[in-house]
Amino acid sequence: MTERRFAEVSRESVRLMAEGAGVELGDDVAALLAEDVCYRLREATQSSSQFMRHAKRRKLTVEDFNRALRWSNVEAICGYGAQDALPFRSVKEGELFFVEDRDVNLVELALATNIPKGCAETMVRVNVSYLDGKGNLEPQGTVPTAVQSLSDDLLKYYQQITRAILGEDPHLMKVALLDLQSNSKIAALLPYFVYVISGVKSVSHDLEQLNRLMHMVKSLVQNPYLYLGSYVRSLVSSVMYCILEPLAASINPLNDHWTLRDYAALLLSHIFWTHGDLVSGLYHQILLSLQKVLSDPVRPLCSHYGAVVGLHALGWKAVERVLFPHLPAYWANLQAVLDDYSVSNAQVKADGHKVYGAILVAVERLLKMKALSLSQSAEGQSGAHPGSVVGAVSYRVNSPGLSPPPEPLSEAALGIASHLQVGGAGCHWEEWTPVPLPAMYCELYSFFGDSLAVRFSTGTGFGTHSPCTPSQLGDSRKEPPGPASNLDTTRKMPQLTANLNISPRQDGSPRTDPPPPSLSGPGSRSRSSSSCSRQRSAGLSREVFPKARFTSPQTTPPAFSFLIGGRQMGQRCQGRRPFQTMFATTPPVSAIPPRTYAHKLPVIGRVGKPVRRWTCSHYSLHLPL
Amino acid sequence: MIALTGKNQSYVLVLYGLCFPLIHVAHAQFILKMAAVQGGMGDADIKTDIKTEPSADGFGNNNANDGRVLSASPGSSSSTGSNKQTAAVTPEDQQTLLAVLQFLKKNKLSESVEILRREAGLPENSLDPKANESAGAGSGGAAGIVDLEGGDASSLLSRVTGSSSAGAQAPTKGTVQSGCCPAVAEDQPDVSVVLSAYSQQGDPTLYKVYYRDLKKFIETVLDCHRAELSQVFYPLFVHMYLELVYNNHESEAKAFFEKFSGDQECYYEEDLRILSGLTKKEHMRGNETLLDFRTSKFVLRISRDSYQLLKRHLQERQNNQIWNIIQEHLYIDIFDGMPRSKSQIDAMSGSLAGEAKREANKTKVYYGLLKEPEIELPLDDEDEEAENEEGKPKKKKPKKDSVGSKSKKQDPNAPSQNRIPLPELKDSDKLDKIMYMKEATKRIRLGPDNLPSVCFYTFLNAYQGLTAVDLTDDSSLIAGGFADSTVRVWSVTPKKLRKVKSAADLNLIDKESDDVLERIMDEKTASESKIMYGHSGPVYGISFSPDRNYLLSSSEDGTVRLWSLLTFTCLVAYKGHNYPVWDTQFSPYGYYFVSGGHDRVARLWATDHYQPLRIFSGHLADITCTRFHPNSNYVATGSSDRTIRLWDVLSGNCVRIFTGHKGPIHSLAFSPNGKFLASGATDGRVLLWDIGHGLMVGELKGHTDTIYSLRFSRDGEILASGSMDNTVRLWDAMKAFDDLETDDFTAATGHIHLQDNSQELLLGTYTTKSTPVIHLHFTRRNLLLAAGAFNP
Repeated sequence: MTERRFAEVSRESVRLMAEGAGVELGDDVAALLAEDVCYRLREATQSSSQFMRHAKRRKLTVEDFNRALRWSNVEAICGYGAQDALPFRSVKEGELFFVEDRDVNLVELALATNIPKGCAETMVRVNVSYLDGKGNLEPQGTVPTAVQSLSDDLLKYYQQITRAILGEDPHLMKVALLDLQSNSKIAALLPYFVYVISGVKSVSHDLEQLNRLMHMVKSLVQNPYLYLGSYVRSLVSSVMYCILEPLAASINPLNDHWTLRDYAALLLSHIFWTHGDLVSGLYHQILLSLQKVLSDPVRPLCSHYGAVVGLHALGWKAVERVLFPHLPAYWANLQAVLDDYSVSNAQVKADGHKVYGAILVAVERLLKMKALSLSQSAEGQSGAHPGSVVGAVSYRVNSPGLSPPPEPLSEAALGIASHLQVGGAGCHWEEWTPVPLPAMYCELYSFFGDSLAVRFSTGTGFGTHSPCTPSQLGDSRKEPPGPASNLDTTRKMPQLTANLNISPRQDGSPRTDPPPPSLSGPGSRSRSSSSCSRQRSAGLSREVFPKARFTSPQTTPPAFSFLIGGRQMGQRCQGRRPFQTMFATTPPVSAIPPRTYAHKLPVIGRVGKPVRRWTCSHYSLHLPL
Repeated sequence: MIALTGKNQSYVLVLYGLCFPLIHVAHAQFILKMAAVQGGMGDADIKTDIKTEPSADGFGNNNANDGRVLSASPGSSSSTGSNKQTAAVTPEDQQTLLAVLQFLKKNKLSESVEILRREAGLPENSLDPKANESAGAGSGGAAGIVDLEGGDASSLLSRVTGSSSAGAQAPTKGTVQSGCCPAVAEDQPDVSVVLSAYSQQGDPTLYKVYYRDLKKFIETVLDCHRAELSQVFYPLFVHMYLELVYNNHESEAKAFFEKFSGDQECYYEEDLRILSGLTKKEHMRGNETLLDFRTSKFVLRISRDSYQLLKRHLQERQNNQIWNIIQEHLYIDIFDGMPRSKSQIDAMSGSLAGEAKREANKTKVYYGLLKEPEIELPLDDEDEEAENEEGKPKKKKPKKDSVGSKSKKQDPNAPSQNRIPLPELKDSDKLDKIMYMKEATKRIRLGPDNLPSVCFYTFLNAYQGLTAVDLTDDSSLIAGGFADSTVRVWSVTPKKLRKVKSAADLNLIDKESDDVLERIMDEKTASESKIMYGHSGPVYGISFSPDRNYLLSSSEDGTVRLWSLLTFTCLVAYKGHNYPVWDTQFSPYGYYFVSGGHDRVARLWATDHYQPLRIFSGHLADITCTRFHPNSNYVATGSSDRTIRLWDVLSGNCVRIFTGHKGPIHSLAFSPNGKFLASGATDGRVLLWDIGHGLMVGELKGHTDTIYSLRFSRDGEILASGSMDNTVRLWDAMKAFDDLETDDFTAATGHIHLQDNSQELLLGTYTTKSTPVIHLHFTRRNLLLAAGAFNP
């Protein structure tokens, strides 16, 4: 027969095998065996194809073949179950072919740190494929990792949007961002946008672009029609990049990368609180990476700053969990930087002050929240209606204007939130025992001294702040989870307030400080960004950290009008000034005017999940920064 | 071991695995029926179980168990089995008896031998060596009640010469089924005996000549006969080839194959490939396909004229070789009238054993629907849109209350209400019925101009391999069987899945309260999906019970498992198949279910019996899919022998054999009115069958790959088919069935004229995103749901 219908095992092969097993075979025997082997192979292949058909597959697997063998009482062949193709190689000298079988280092495998992620959970998703028998052209819902071909319309949309967001025209950008966060039909584009956003690494020299990309993240996250799924991870890593990396843009001290970090931190917490459930262990991972940065002394201060604001944004528990235990070790490094008065150190020292400030704000809230949670649990809170009564109380008790009422409660009382945190952080993560409040305070006091004390005690009543309360409240409510607006309008207050008020009367009467300054901030800052940066470049601020705290405040308790004015300015955020310089000049404001966001409220309102609501309020918590 | 019962002069011979104690004889495992002697038994039943080991096997159809569960069966089965030949021990029977004696003796069961011999009145010396010969042959046949007409190979009654009797003979002997599915070779019977028929020697070199001669003859006959006579080629070719192989003429066999394999019809390609791999006598042993081919008679339908031509030719040429094969291995079903055309023949051929005999499809089938119990439908017209889970029938068309009125009058074609005992309706079932009726009033009437919306349930991250899917009738739950042996259930409504509380907690519940059913559920266990572990092999078949309390799964591990959807645990593992179970399905009324698998038998079970109530044996290859008729009185099975059989649940008889598919059948669907059956196979074609007439009534071409799923819309207007080729296609079932006018002639002869109107009937093709469609389901409002695993 000339033509071979089947793969055949030659008699030589059979003989070789036999030799390998120590048996000598005659030619005729080998030939017979070879033929029989071929036949048996064909038979097994035929019956294995049955298993393939019933498994509703097109690909015959090793497993199918083994089943066929097993059912015909032949031992299964192990070791070929790998998913990837087995390379079949030849040895040059001598016609020998073999399947490459590399040794696996078991020890290495066992001790490997990069434990492979388990594959995602099997799930069922439904989508309407055809309505009334007609094709539903817009893809509904996405199949993760599916490469979809985009319709022309979608492609055009994608191009327009990216061009608008990354382009020059700020107005166009706003429109684009708005659409991005409300368009219900862009699910298919999600991977593309995520891909664009993951480009943060390539534009780390361009603050403006980074900002825009972060805004894009925010819009995507806020879009109620998008199911982010596993893309959350990618988004988070882009955001984390902006928070933690020593961006190329930060080499120039003129660049206000601090604002970007703050913004990104808020964004991070927003993503986490709204979409954290999509990826298991996300909270944990975020905390771990923040902790890693914080405990790495080689990292530049701006990275540390990012870690601190990131922790702060994730909530006081995160601060308690990660920042507080690291503080003693970290403090030594920071102290060294701050105590170095040499000129060459000026820049670094300024950065050090930023970190110092950030830590201060973080621990301050930690103390407050902890105290609050203790007192609340002691009170055995009424629970049911946290917003009104207790809220008001807590609001009083706490620093004014710093944290809007619902927040602390929600953290303490809302099951979901606290559960999330506990579950996420998990005590098993690292041995960690909560430090009792007094001990914590003592320790913190040893670092921060009076500044802490003053701040901490500010909360208790003052007559002055009553007018501000509603506005603050309204403010925080109105503010959509849009971190930007929150951030910009309210972020800088506390620092100013603290410093301002303390300075004149060092004895720190609590009465002095509060709400007015909080309002003053935006107003004064809004003046101009340019002046500010000038100031900064002048290096005025770089002087002495402690001194700065006592400089006399320029902004005296201002009025609401300022705030409003500030908002209406509608200027883009120019970034946050080092707080010591702020006294000298009116800090610039930034801010995407809240009203741009105001009309997004309905959308958010509709979503109305507790988590979301909580997030909104949580945001305002960050305002102190 | 042997049990002999004297009543009715019948000999029930029960062969057990030698391990089985005598006491259990009453629970006959293997009933080896002696020809047709046994009274009260439709002798079409084949009791033996092909490959299953003798022990742990299920009951035969007529064992004591039947009476308990299917109480109706004894009476009626005795009537169906009213055989003309009763007591007399015919020569064939004697042969068989001898074979049995032989067997017993071989196994040293001398006592039993004695008893049997005494009972049968056989002479002492009946087991002498001389008798052995014929007994041997007989036992081969007896294993499956092979050949009622000729007990042994040597005394073959020529079907040819007895052609006129072929029609007359078969019915009287009730061979309808046994003739074409005799091959039930018990536990590797004497293969040598089965194959020994090939030992007749001829000059191997002449085979080619013979075949070529015949070929030349057939090519020269009149056109009208040529197509018919060409049918002979394939079986002849195969048998001649096997004969050559069997007699060790390897090179001649190869040459023969080379020369003539190209002439065979393309749809035998698969079989030819298997054949061509087989070149040694040794390989013939244990090759199932061969055994099938060898032991079953290939059935051909040929008109009398054509047949006479062939016969004359062969006799003139003294072509005994071929003549012998025809006599021995072919069953020629001769009909009077016009020869069939090529297309007519092609439509019906393709199965492993030729066409079905006409007689096989003559039995009356009660395909009508059972009368629905009358349930007061509370007439609250406020359309609670609350139960709007299944989506939104946007266009509600006020419909005549067809559902209600239909059930009023009894369908003349329906079986009697209690033909098989059905479980009584529980209160919850009645509630569900009411729900169903309410939904039904909101049903969309589908048609060519009003196609259903399609929702696709995509299984994501199903890396372990999704092998089976089922949805509950109310579309509230979806279950998946996976290759990693797990069964997973998802709730596709906002209502989460909850387990029942533990026994201790249940004690604390106020049992009198109205919402006790709600209280027994453990809220803590609420989740969107549940995983159930228990199988030890891929889960190939899965089916929800109609009341949604149970789930069945069948697996490669040879078991069918019943799961509770209240506790999400396994309740029963039904063992019996012992080989992969490819499919299982609950009866539409619950309680009963059917399973079929690699052991080529389908079994009917009741959930509260750990052994099957019926064993449907007859397919020549794996049973790949099983479906219940809507009236629960019949079961359809599709097989990789490329035939579909319809079985009567009551008697266990095969009442229909449908041939025409050219590949293993992987999906079946009954039309909602019970009149029609649709089948889909690996050949990518959907075939439509008229159950009452036993005819093929349509062929739907369009799919390019295996059809894994078929479903009729709720009112039967639309047939949806889902395939491996990632498409769902909708067909105009109404039109396909309306155009039928089955004249008497067609009904009588089974000659069908199919028009090729697939394109007109195809209403739509819907593609998925790289997701093979393995399940389809119409919701009660006629929204089409499809399911499959995303397959990047």
